[in-house]
Amino acid sequence: MSSTLLEIQDLTVSFHTPQGVQGAVDKVSFSLGEGETLGLVGESGCGKSVTALSILGLVDTSAGVVESGRILFRGQDLLGISPEALRRLRGNEISMVFQEPMTSLNPILPVGRQIAEPLMVHQGLSKTEAFASAAAWLERVKIPMVGKRMKEYPHQLSGGMRQRVMIAMAMICRPGLLIADEPTTALDVSTQAQILTLIEKLKADFKMSVMFITHDLGIVAQTANRVVVMYAGQIVEAASVTDIFDRPAHPYTKGLLKSIPRMGIPASGSKKRLQEIRGSLPSLDKPIYGCRFADRCPEVFEPCRVKRPHLMLVQGRQQSRCWLYANGSDKH
Amino acid sequence: MKKYLKNLNFRCGLVLTAVVVLTAAVSLVWTPYEANIMNPGHRLEAPSISHLLGTDQYGRDILSRVMVGAVNSIVVGLATVAIGMMAGVALGLIAAYFGKWADESIMRFSDLLFGFPAVLTAILISAIWGPSVGNVMVAIGIFYIPVFARLTRAVALTLWGREFIDAARASGASEWAITFRHVLPNLLSPLIIQATIQFAVAILAEAGLSYLGLGTQPPHASWGRMLYEAQTFMEISPWMSIFPGLAIAWTVLGFNLLGDGIRDNLDPYML
Repeated sequence: MSSTLLEIQDLTVSFHTPQGVQGAVDKVSFSLGEGETLGLVGESGCGKSVTALSILGLVDTSAGVVESGRILFRGQDLLGISPEALRRLRGNEISMVFQEPMTSLNPILPVGRQIAEPLMVHQGLSKTEAFASAAAWLERVKIPMVGKRMKEYPHQLSGGMRQRVMIAMAMICRPGLLIADEPTTALDVSTQAQILTLIEKLKADFKMSVMFITHDLGIVAQTANRVVVMYAGQIVEAASVTDIFDRPAHPYTKGLLKSIPRMGIPASGSKKRLQEIRGSLPSLDKPIYGCRFADRCPEVFEPCRVKRPHLMLVQGRQQSRCWLYANGSDKH
Repeated sequence: MKKYLKNLNFRCGLVLTAVVVLTAAVSLVWTPYEANIMNPGHRLEAPSISHLLGTDQYGRDILSRVMVGAVNSIVVGLATVAIGMMAGVALGLIAAYFGKWADESIMRFSDLLFGFPAVLTAILISAIWGPSVGNVMVAIGIFYIPVFARLTRAVALTLWGREFIDAARASGASEWAITFRHVLPNLLSPLIIQATIQFAVAILAEAGLSYLGLGTQPPHASWGRMLYEAQTFMEISPWMSIFPGLAIAWTVLGFNLLGDGIRDNLDPYML
């Protein structure tokens, strides 16, 4: 049993806007072990990016407030340490790769300089040493013609190369935890496959844990050991990756799996439509009674709108926030 | 640089300003005649081989005075822009970063300065502290502070909202490092363009104030002052006003074209 690297306990985050307080993350708890890949899945707006940003202490730049909870990284509560101590962790022990590589890189600095910067900041290396290390990392992330690329600017690289640069920048201080926030969403499918393989390889080579945030279950199937499904700021299901796909224990997860388009289904004749989950996310500025998914749930029944479900243990190894599983197994 | 040279505005502006700067540089070590030495025996002479631009009412060589005047103008341009930029950029960054009351107070202070009539204030400053080129530099420079503050604040606000700033924070950069290594360098382009404009305006402003007698004091050469002294001799010695006037127009045009050229070439990825 590997030790726990990251443990999030009852994290609640909301946004204080001039229009009022908007809930974003509601009592989210999960943990990540050493060498594990956790897939954090959910649709846009479910709170997965906010959770990730909270780990790094970056929500307050956009009016986000961590209302309560603990984020334990190697036993230390990140919410309780000084901003300076947190800054020393960022890019050093915990790194993040963002979704859109073009806007995540400084447009007027050469790429080599940007990769070298975390090394200069955190380990006090000289410019020459840091640049040498940056060049080595460019090779590791399989960018050809390293010498030329080091001096180039982000707009001179393709999307896939820019994402590799971001990965090199995130990995250069050898963090224990890499948070990848939809790193392949902006890339085409073949590039996506290359980037995923790269992350897998780096994870193995450097004994790193990865938190993979995505809305794509295909990526989750390929990379994750365990999966946490979020909806409207809450965790609705948590299970190993095989369990999530073989025996999903929440109507939302089932809906997500059903809505994956499948090749080979005849378009005409049986007139098959793409499966969808009807409705849209509930607004989180007013309190919601009962289950947050009730309005869209195809299996909704009486307790759903009355009492808010808590996370229940299913079959001894899965967690589900659904009254259907109150007895520890599927009710029907 | 090649890209810039392809632009006609930039090329013309570069040539014009280069001539001015070179003239100023040369005048520091050599002028055809001593610019301030009077030579009553050769008063009001038309342009000739010995005095290429003629002489003024005291017999002073106009070419030499125009050359020395270039130094005067450039120094005033540099000083006023320096004052405006240093204070203005700092205030703009503070307003953009801290927001709320800091932003409000700095912007209202800028509005206040904008509302002041600059020339009248310059006259006031001269009345209190005496007319001198130094006081003119301060007077003009102060009115440049809101210009640079507003520009810096506007651009910095967009920069601080950009994702690469978040990414820099995520890799552990301190707020100081982010400000100086990521925000400021991205501000350079618009600042340089504004600086060339303000430089040109400063030259005009100094010429105007010197014309009124508030700036560079005689006998030191200043294009504006030369214009004033040329007034009474317009009919008999028009060259006394033509050449300083031409010098002012040339310099202002040069810096404006330079700024236009740089603006045309603003890398679209920079902002």
